[in-house]
Amino acid sequence: MKRISAGRWVEIALLEVDGLNVSYGGIKALRGISFKVEEGEIVALIGANGAGKSTTLRTLSGLVRAHGGTVKFNGVVMNKVPPFRVVEMGISQVPEGRRVFTRLTVMENLEMGAYTRKDGGVKETVREIFKRFPRLEERKNQLAGTLSGGEQQMLAIGRALMSRPRLLLMDEPSMGLAPMLVNEIFSIIKEINRSGTTILLVEQNAKMALSVSRRLYVLETGEIVASGEASDLAGDELIRKAYLGMH
Amino acid sequence: MEFLLDIINNPYYEQVLTMMGIYLIAALGLNLITGYTGQFSFGHAAFMSIGAYSSALMTLKMHTPFLVNLLAGGLIAAFCGILLAFPSMRLTGDYLGITTLGFGEIVRVLFINMEITGGAIGLAGIPKETDFVTVFVLVILSVWGLYRIVNSRFGRALAAIREDEIAAETMGVNALMYKVESFSIGCFLAGISGGLYAHSLQYINPSDFGFAKSFELLNFVVIGGLGSIPGTVLGTAVLSLAPEFLRFVKEYRMLIYGALMVAMMVFRPNGILGGVNLGDLFRRLKRRTKPPAAASGGA
Repeated sequence: MKRISAGRWVEIALLEVDGLNVSYGGIKALRGISFKVEEGEIVALIGANGAGKSTTLRTLSGLVRAHGGTVKFNGVVMNKVPPFRVVEMGISQVPEGRRVFTRLTVMENLEMGAYTRKDGGVKETVREIFKRFPRLEERKNQLAGTLSGGEQQMLAIGRALMSRPRLLLMDEPSMGLAPMLVNEIFSIIKEINRSGTTILLVEQNAKMALSVSRRLYVLETGEIVASGEASDLAGDELIRKAYLGMH
Repeated sequence: MEFLLDIINNPYYEQVLTMMGIYLIAALGLNLITGYTGQFSFGHAAFMSIGAYSSALMTLKMHTPFLVNLLAGGLIAAFCGILLAFPSMRLTGDYLGITTLGFGEIVRVLFINMEITGGAIGLAGIPKETDFVTVFVLVILSVWGLYRIVNSRFGRALAAIREDEIAAETMGVNALMYKVESFSIGCFLAGISGGLYAHSLQYINPSDFGFAKSFELLNFVVIGGLGSIPGTVLGTAVLSLAPEFLRFVKEYRMLIYGALMVAMMVFRPNGILGGVNLGDLFRRLKRRTKPPAAASGGA
């Protein structure tokens, strides 16, 4: 996005993270990471267990407080915004492990996703989501806990889309899903992006992440160790060895 | 019909039913906190005692009308609920349970040591103002109010907090605020219940509201089915009437009561009406009694 600043046009990314530091007690989870997400992109954050991927997303959604650095969304500093306000600002999250409301129905789950919306277009959004996920419409009166893992993931995505976010944060959408479902979820992610939502994706499945995203950042023990276009990184010898299991 | 009138005219039955209604109001409040919002409270009787003492003292010292005192007792209990909830609602699960348990004891000890509350001797000579009709009307009002709450946007958010607090927050629910509100509404009902209790038994004593009473209230809600309003009504009815009906077995009474509870947890761990949607049940019964030709149109 372009903004006027000091009399000239400057590029401002939708999400800009600068020198982010997060610790849990004395343990440093993030050591000054910086990255940005431009409007309309799919950006992936990959890394092994404990690299700090989920911490990054949790910080972005306000669940964890940063000890240093800034998070700017659309030019606004987000560091002190409480989690329940983040969604109003246009960031929505598909949490790790789906976290659907198991004893609420599919429909009620979707309605919760639109909790902060005050316009009358909620029904219309529900229709759009049912068009994207016909399975959810078939099961709209079922309790979310009775859905299969893949269906729950679709519900979690649908629920996050209900607030019509500008930026969608996705934490390990492939976790615990059968390979065929993983492919399906990733093609859905691409579709959502094509219809205009910017996506920040956190994944352990580096192969899938490389295939959908335009740019990637590689996290290792709280630091960004590599970044670049997906096409470049896929050819990188180190990345191939460490994350794709190729030699 | 005559049988029903007999029951209401019989002072013993009337007293038993009045007490059941009084406990029901407190249990409905606890159901909102524990059943709908998923927050443990082991100190609900303390809020009953706050309502009981404040309304009784107002009646005795200020001679204000009963309904005003009742309402004031409820509001004071709700206010104390807010005071407790703000620091403790940041805790969850067991920790919150222990905190509320501690609070309940603090309130009890406070009432024992305060002069105005009559200390351990308690407050006597409270005029009898509570009658069956008042309690009945207030029970209906509480049930209606609770239904309004749980079927509202606010109620949906409470259910989301119960299911997954973090997910609810990322949906835009201010979980802390909502938990405090839910807690204080529950405490308000406990306070009202306490006021009715004081003006029904005409004598209150801090040990009436110990943690045994808190657990009794929790039993009503859990046995009936967490998060079910008809469940709470049924649970309270069964458990508050059981000791009365079991009087014929004399000293084995509480033994059988305990055995009933164990049996309940083994056979219906979710409570009598836990996970049962009465609306669905009625619809299903209706469908079954309808002729098949009419039913096929709906499918």
